[in-house]
Amino acid sequence: MRVPLSWLSEFTPLDVDAADADGVAALGAELDSLGLVVEAVEHVGGGLAGVVVARVVEIRPIPGADRIRLALVDAGGDEPVEVVCGAWNYVVGDVVPFATVGAVLAGGVEITRRKMRGVTSNGMLCSATELGLGADASGLFILASTGTADGSLPAGLALGTPIAEYLGLVADVVYELEVEPNRPDCLCVAGVARDLAARRHLPFAIPQPVVAENGPPVGSLASVVIEAPGACRRFAARVVTGITTVASPRDVQRRLILSGMRPIHSVVDASNYTMLELGQPTHPYDLDRLPGRGLRVRFARPGETLITLDGEARVFGVERHRSGGERPVDDLLICDADDVPVGIAGVMGGESSEIAPGTSAVLIEAADFSAMAVGRTARRQQLRTEASTRFWRGIDPEGPVRAADRVAGLIVAAALAAGAAPPVVAAGVIDLQPTPVVRRTIHLRPGRLNVLLGTSLRTDAIAGYLAPIGFATEPDSAGLAVTVPPFRPDVEREVDVIEEVARHLGYEHIAPTRKRSPGVGLLTAHQADRRRLAGLVAGYGADEAWTSSIVNPGHERKLGTGTAPVELVNPIVREESALRTSLLPGLLGCLRQNASVRNPAVRLFEIGHVFAHPGAGVTLPVEREQLGVVLGFDGDGAPEAVRLWQGIAEGLGLADGGLGLVQDQPGSRAVLAGAGALGCHPTRTAAVAGADASGTVGTVGFVGEVDPAALEAFNLAGRRVGWLVLDTVRLFALRRREGRGPVLSRFPSSDIDLSFTLDSSVPAARLGSVVRAAAGEYCEDVRLVDVFRGPGLSPGLRSLTFRLRFVAPDRTLTDADVAVARARCIAAAEAELGAGLRG
Amino acid sequence: MNRKRADGDEASAGPPNTDVLRALVAGARQRITSAEDLAALSAVEAELTGRRSALATWKRELGGLDEAARRELGGELNEKRRVLEALIAERRAALVEVARAGVLEADRLDLTEVIPAPGPGHPHLVTRIREELEDIFLGMGYEIAEGPEVETDWYNFTALNMPPDHPARSGQDSFYVDLGDGESVLLRTHTSPVQIHLLERGVLPIYAVMPGLVYRRDTPDASHLPVFHQLEGLVVDRGITFGDLAGTIETFTKAIFGEDVRARLRPGYFPFTEPSAEFDISCTICGGVGCRTCSGVGWIELGGCGLVHPAVLESTGVDPEVWSGFAFGFGIDRVAIMRHGIEDMRAFIENDVRFLAGC
Repeated sequence: MRVPLSWLSEFTPLDVDAADADGVAALGAELDSLGLVVEAVEHVGGGLAGVVVARVVEIRPIPGADRIRLALVDAGGDEPVEVVCGAWNYVVGDVVPFATVGAVLAGGVEITRRKMRGVTSNGMLCSATELGLGADASGLFILASTGTADGSLPAGLALGTPIAEYLGLVADVVYELEVEPNRPDCLCVAGVARDLAARRHLPFAIPQPVVAENGPPVGSLASVVIEAPGACRRFAARVVTGITTVASPRDVQRRLILSGMRPIHSVVDASNYTMLELGQPTHPYDLDRLPGRGLRVRFARPGETLITLDGEARVFGVERHRSGGERPVDDLLICDADDVPVGIAGVMGGESSEIAPGTSAVLIEAADFSAMAVGRTARRQQLRTEASTRFWRGIDPEGPVRAADRVAGLIVAAALAAGAAPPVVAAGVIDLQPTPVVRRTIHLRPGRLNVLLGTSLRTDAIAGYLAPIGFATEPDSAGLAVTVPPFRPDVEREVDVIEEVARHLGYEHIAPTRKRSPGVGLLTAHQADRRRLAGLVAGYGADEAWTSSIVNPGHERKLGTGTAPVELVNPIVREESALRTSLLPGLLGCLRQNASVRNPAVRLFEIGHVFAHPGAGVTLPVEREQLGVVLGFDGDGAPEAVRLWQGIAEGLGLADGGLGLVQDQPGSRAVLAGAGALGCHPTRTAAVAGADASGTVGTVGFVGEVDPAALEAFNLAGRRVGWLVLDTVRLFALRRREGRGPVLSRFPSSDIDLSFTLDSSVPAARLGSVVRAAAGEYCEDVRLVDVFRGPGLSPGLRSLTFRLRFVAPDRTLTDADVAVARARCIAAAEAELGAGLRG
Repeated sequence: MNRKRADGDEASAGPPNTDVLRALVAGARQRITSAEDLAALSAVEAELTGRRSALATWKRELGGLDEAARRELGGELNEKRRVLEALIAERRAALVEVARAGVLEADRLDLTEVIPAPGPGHPHLVTRIREELEDIFLGMGYEIAEGPEVETDWYNFTALNMPPDHPARSGQDSFYVDLGDGESVLLRTHTSPVQIHLLERGVLPIYAVMPGLVYRRDTPDASHLPVFHQLEGLVVDRGITFGDLAGTIETFTKAIFGEDVRARLRPGYFPFTEPSAEFDISCTICGGVGCRTCSGVGWIELGGCGLVHPAVLESTGVDPEVWSGFAFGFGIDRVAIMRHGIEDMRAFIENDVRFLAGC
């Protein structure tokens, strides 16, 4: 919302000079404090010497150029001047700003004589932006469109007049405001002025529009029927006849430009000006082009069509589904008396009744369409207009008649200023109001207000903040009965009124207080464990990655038959359209990305959510938090992954009981068939098993390597990548070592190494367990210290060396004690697994 | 030559006179200081003070002298022995030091030639900031609450007082998934659903922050990712005021950005809070005087906040007449960007290890 300072000052005596930098800044700070965010402050109206008013008298193509043309303009001199111009929005007869050679434009650009494509350009035709006069840079700033090369200019003006004089340019300031959705009242200059006047304790008034009715009763000229009273709560219309469309007075043009709109002619300008000023959108119809000279407001029938002012042919009453089906929808249309659509209510008018140069009779519509009706249609049609935005936010339901009066008044004033024949205003207003507006009353408890804000405002002070913004107050049993003004549809309950008081008190005047929690701030056990886990993995050399949880479903399929992912209904791109079922694809993508920029080999981890489709009848996906680690250093592989897992188990203090790695034996895929084993190397992966506090043993994840096929799918073929995936909730539920400190023997231990030959198909862990069980009570530790395959061993066999540590709590063990245990271990290994002692 | 003379001449020539002894000491001093290593010194020591030395011989011969001569010579011999022993000890200490220096020098290592081993990895920058923020609120006695990333529209919108036609609910802004009836299950657009879960738990008062991933249907660019991190806070207690909100914002923004940072609240709009506010901090680059980072205004918008809307409390069965509260929220990634001068957010999810290890 662009608001010129001069326009604001018309409603309240702000007394801020555009040249007073401090005053301009102070006003901006007040707007901020009121919640009207100042996004930019523009100073306008300076300079522009050398820019004059000129009329286009001829347009010629330039041979060989298809983007620029040669315009001959009459700038009041003896001969037309040749100017090269790249804009296309002008025709012969248009009056435009012409920057002569030597002029300096808004951005500091100095105009020189230039030669282009063999043609000399003696200056430049300008857009509003180039003149620093507004936001419209889309084409030339058309000052007047007379239709003919010798058309008339607004009274008293000659070609060659300096533009500053022509537009009556004065130094001004434009505040560009961001208006929050709950402040529809501030989508107009008057509303912003009201808020400022209240903050500054200044008087505020919206002048009553002056309309001199001098025609026949309006009812004899036009008719309006509302067939959808729920969506059109009020419809006001005025009729003005005897019109010639002329250029608007300078001030009207200037304000439209500063507000970011382009002046067209007196009728359209009057409508736009009124909307910017009062917030009420209006629409002018060419009454002579309205069959039956009347309007009907009704919902569209499915499939009805209309060509709107932007030239688009649009279909109404039906909406296409993504799936391809259609369903009927309510689109509110304005139709002529013959029931043919002539406009979309509150969004945009139709081409057929557009105001054109020949228009002489105008019906001005000022209605209150419901936010839902306008908002939904605008969204479906992807057509957000100044009007639809205002209806969607909510307009003043008591405003239509005043707006219709204002438009009529402006049309008449423009004609008089231009010296045209005075238009005739029909007597009276068509004013249909199927649903009367009832002003809302809210009970405000001053005590409640002070409790919520932390203030101690007296009741009369509260009323004092509310009155200037239109909230009437009356003492009642609860405190104050507050009548909400009609232009504040957002204020529905007590707390909304409290916000208004806080706003006008100023948030900066509410003293900050230190409120502390009565509780103790502690991480949950899960959160503390997760931090420890991340620390352990980072300590192992892995950098933490953050990959998107929205993934390419094709990537997951590359890794094998995972669970079906949850898919997005409305992805931005197909490549990011499913929720990840595994952290692996994302992490492999990172390895690939790092490889592509020739980074050294990396280890990466991520802790994040993965998602799976729930069973039938369940609405939400199965969502689990996992740790995923890819180990991509040179030489990394399953052994490193196992060591990482062992480090995690140690770091988390997991109890040994029940912990183990469960691996598929040749010919079996039982372990890897488990959920979560996506992308795991078939023969170099084990399930990580453990027992929880209740003793139940379950799988908490997988450890090993990434399947070579998966690596190939990610262009990482030929590498080994270690892979560990753990379900954090299950991991943290595993039994921990008891907190009691171990009792340490003070006697020396005896260590022995035992090397066995064992068939490669038998897990080393099984031999370890057998040895451990046979070693007896004095055995404190059994540890695998060496694995050997090769010369001296039959194929299919490998040598496994375990180091056993024996210690007694109360004495030094003798060689004989250890020899007995050793013999038991050897015998058990032989008997249970056929493992022979290696000489 | 020296040695021969000492052995031969003096030992066989009867009790030495003073001159002989002085000469002995002088000769010995020269031999001791010229001993080049510990072995040579030990040999010299044996010759000068050992059993076969002149001193020892003379001492043995003292018995043949009269009482007075014996006492005089004995004292003199002892004194000369002490002098020699001291000289030897001094020389030995010097030679030991030389030997040790030699050994140490041979052991010299250039510590800058050490080949680096792979070091520890790094937590993600966003994780570090998130934990720092969590710790600030833990210190204020808050709990940290978490929740699922996929939610029903009730938790994400309806319970938060967002009407069915709210623009954020459209498929334009939110990602919906192929679950539930129609478009009713979505990737949460804020961590506010966790607030609803907390309120529904029914344990009051609540002092909690909820960090986590949220999703919005934005095309990735330098300042937007469709997936990003947010941290929200919720306090519900008896008598919570807007002043409490302002004080809390002030406290934690100073904890994050430093004591010099000022915070301010401006009126804003959110369906789930009333009164609502945007909160800004004074620009961390220019300190508030205005610069390019803050577009010359001296303030940087950080997040949104407000008193919890009574409709939100009502939707979860909490009586707004008894309880009141405030809520706030801001982007964790945004704090990371501001503190570390990151120019393109996409670096966060590119996971180039140079970035992961570098900031």
